[in-house]
Amino acid sequence: MAKKIYDTPMLDELEKGPWPSFISGFKRLRDDHPDARINETVGSLLGQLEHSYETRKGYWKGGTVSVFGYGGGIIPRFSEVADAFPESKEFHTLRVQPAPANYYTTDMLNQLADSWEKYGSGLITFHGQTGNIMFIGTTTENTQHFFDEINEYGWDLGGAGPCVRTAMSCVGAARCEQSCANEHAIQRHLVNEFTDDVHRPALPYKFKFKVSGCPNDCQNSIERSDFSVIGTWRDDMKIDQDEVKKFVAEKGRQYVLDNVTSRCPTNCITLNDDDTLSVENHECVRCMHCLNVMTKALSPGDDKGVTILIGGKRTLKIGDLMGTVVVPFKKLETAEDYESLVELAGDIIDFFAENALEHERTGEMIERIGLVNFLEGIGVDVDPNMVSLPRQSSYVRMDGWDEEAEKWFARKAEQAAG
Amino acid sequence: MALEEMRSPIESGCPDGFQYMHPVMRKNFGQWKYHEHPRPGVLLHVAKSGDEIWTVKAGTQRILDLYSLRKLTEIGDKYADGYVRFTIRSNIEYMVSDGSKVEPLIKALTDAGFVVGGTRNSIAMISHTQGWLHCDIPGTDASGVVKAMMDEFIDEFTSHNMPNRVHITTSCCQINCGGQGDIAINVQHTKPPKIAHDLVGNVCERPTVVARCPVAAIRPAMVDGKPSLEVDEKKCICCGACFPPCPPMQINDPEHSKLAIWVGGNHSNARSKPTFHRLVAAGVPNNPPRWPEATAIVKQILAAYKEGAKDWERINDWIDRIGWPRFFEVTGLPFTKYHIDNWRGARASLNASTHIRF
Repeated sequence: MAKKIYDTPMLDELEKGPWPSFISGFKRLRDDHPDARINETVGSLLGQLEHSYETRKGYWKGGTVSVFGYGGGIIPRFSEVADAFPESKEFHTLRVQPAPANYYTTDMLNQLADSWEKYGSGLITFHGQTGNIMFIGTTTENTQHFFDEINEYGWDLGGAGPCVRTAMSCVGAARCEQSCANEHAIQRHLVNEFTDDVHRPALPYKFKFKVSGCPNDCQNSIERSDFSVIGTWRDDMKIDQDEVKKFVAEKGRQYVLDNVTSRCPTNCITLNDDDTLSVENHECVRCMHCLNVMTKALSPGDDKGVTILIGGKRTLKIGDLMGTVVVPFKKLETAEDYESLVELAGDIIDFFAENALEHERTGEMIERIGLVNFLEGIGVDVDPNMVSLPRQSSYVRMDGWDEEAEKWFARKAEQAAG
Repeated sequence: MALEEMRSPIESGCPDGFQYMHPVMRKNFGQWKYHEHPRPGVLLHVAKSGDEIWTVKAGTQRILDLYSLRKLTEIGDKYADGYVRFTIRSNIEYMVSDGSKVEPLIKALTDAGFVVGGTRNSIAMISHTQGWLHCDIPGTDASGVVKAMMDEFIDEFTSHNMPNRVHITTSCCQINCGGQGDIAINVQHTKPPKIAHDLVGNVCERPTVVARCPVAAIRPAMVDGKPSLEVDEKKCICCGACFPPCPPMQINDPEHSKLAIWVGGNHSNARSKPTFHRLVAAGVPNNPPRWPEATAIVKQILAAYKEGAKDWERINDWIDRIGWPRFFEVTGLPFTKYHIDNWRGARASLNASTHIRF
């Protein structure tokens, strides 16, 4: 039977212009690939996509597809217009977890491409917004075959649905001098402790881990994850005064005043008469701006660790929420440090599982019950770094004031004793 | 297939990335000294040991076909060291330890149609979602919008001419999977869902749908003798939250699903605390295949930002300094009653001061 080629006048418009065209790529699979199954699947997909462009509507519906032993990890898609475009009537996506920061050898990419060529449409995205490799377009049957093949050489499905999701990390210590953490280890310790919760959706709603090595937060963890881990340091930032002088000599004093010192949110950095810089480190909030501008002269201190923020998410249902501080600073050096990190995550997920409403994210749960109830639930002490301002409203019962004040002084004494 | 013949999965989870990492990066893990930007699209990182790693970043069509993926790996084998990674915005990065490989690598990528750039103060690759290609609830396409816009912004991707980096995102529904951005282009519905009452009873778990509504506008009802749901259309904010759990409540509309444009989202802690993006324009036609109206507004905003912002100011920093009234003035966008928030916490967005710029 001759291949059916659907007219795609609107999609053809997307072959014009200098940016690489996904439509041209689709057409090569339709027209040039030796496997008729791929030609037909992608040809049919192009037909349905053109139909969407013409009618301004989507035509995919969900369903239930997974692989043997798992309850999630697949995004099932069945066409609502399968009569018109039958060869892509089942077009599921497999979500596959990449390594932290998305490293690959070209050999491994080729191996994945070869497996996908056998069972899928030939379309892949690195990566979806949750952080998974998206193998886009296969049938229910081939979902299992493809997974079986790549699972044998080290790849596992990610999360989909109300479960612990695939995590993400920035490039981090592997390449960046601003990294204050081992993002790699943090991500794998966290997400791989909860593999069962990734593969078998049983939580009130999704739960995401994201890791950034410094407060630039290149991974956007504060806005996009329930459990955000961001590297920071607590001793003095490092200043190479020779490099500062070189920078001033090259750019001029005015440039440093305009672009470094005057941009400091706490006015804690000063350009001296001798073209060196001084920093009041106790007032520095580790915003990263001056380090970003003067990459050779300024760098993070040695006493590194992480800040943990809980509850970030986007709009639905109560509005956007940033993650907020729950652990202001935590060292992550020893095996015990990592154990306690994973323990904290476990306590939070348990509390979330027991207390969140259906389809409620951690941030929404905390908004509903109050931060203090959440902290007491997971056994974390209050800390002034958790708020940007103390209480404004006087409408509160404070019967336990004396005991709470005692606890504060006891904790202070404990810290002072080391 | 019989159950006993099924293969049990190996629950290996997130793989170890060190096996895929360039040997120079493995060797100098956590031991980097500084970085430089030799030219757009190229980063040079220098380790305390003196070792160098050069990164060449390239934009692609993101939805890769096998031919394009194999072209990228072929280039990686021939002109680089066989080690790559992908960024959060789906650019590919090639890491090489020898700086002399950079120019031939750039040439090979450019000759193959990929676009080297996206570093520092450029317009970064637009982050996007699945859209009509694969999503079950999209109001628009994603890859097409991004392709059409990147055609227009390609010269800003391959240069360092903006005051600071510009992250643009797109989202095909109000769930906003594309995320926060300096500029975000998101679907905004303007009419309540159209309900297929004959299907609701069989397809939807009605209490779940009622609970999903942020403004309690949905209630159970009998329609034509069948259990269904009805929407108080005066209360309805047209957010589409009922559509995923109940597809017969069709929110997408070829005419009335519009685009809205938001600015000032910034996840970095640099200078100011992280910010969410804010509404600046709405009612923008959802106009495939090239969405010219949305692109035109984004261009207006970018032109004003490029003209008015100081070095290192992201869009939110720039607006903080000049003020929102001036933003609407310099971009020529109308300020309407819809810009004044009325959601919970809205009072915090009102100007409780006499700080007014004249």
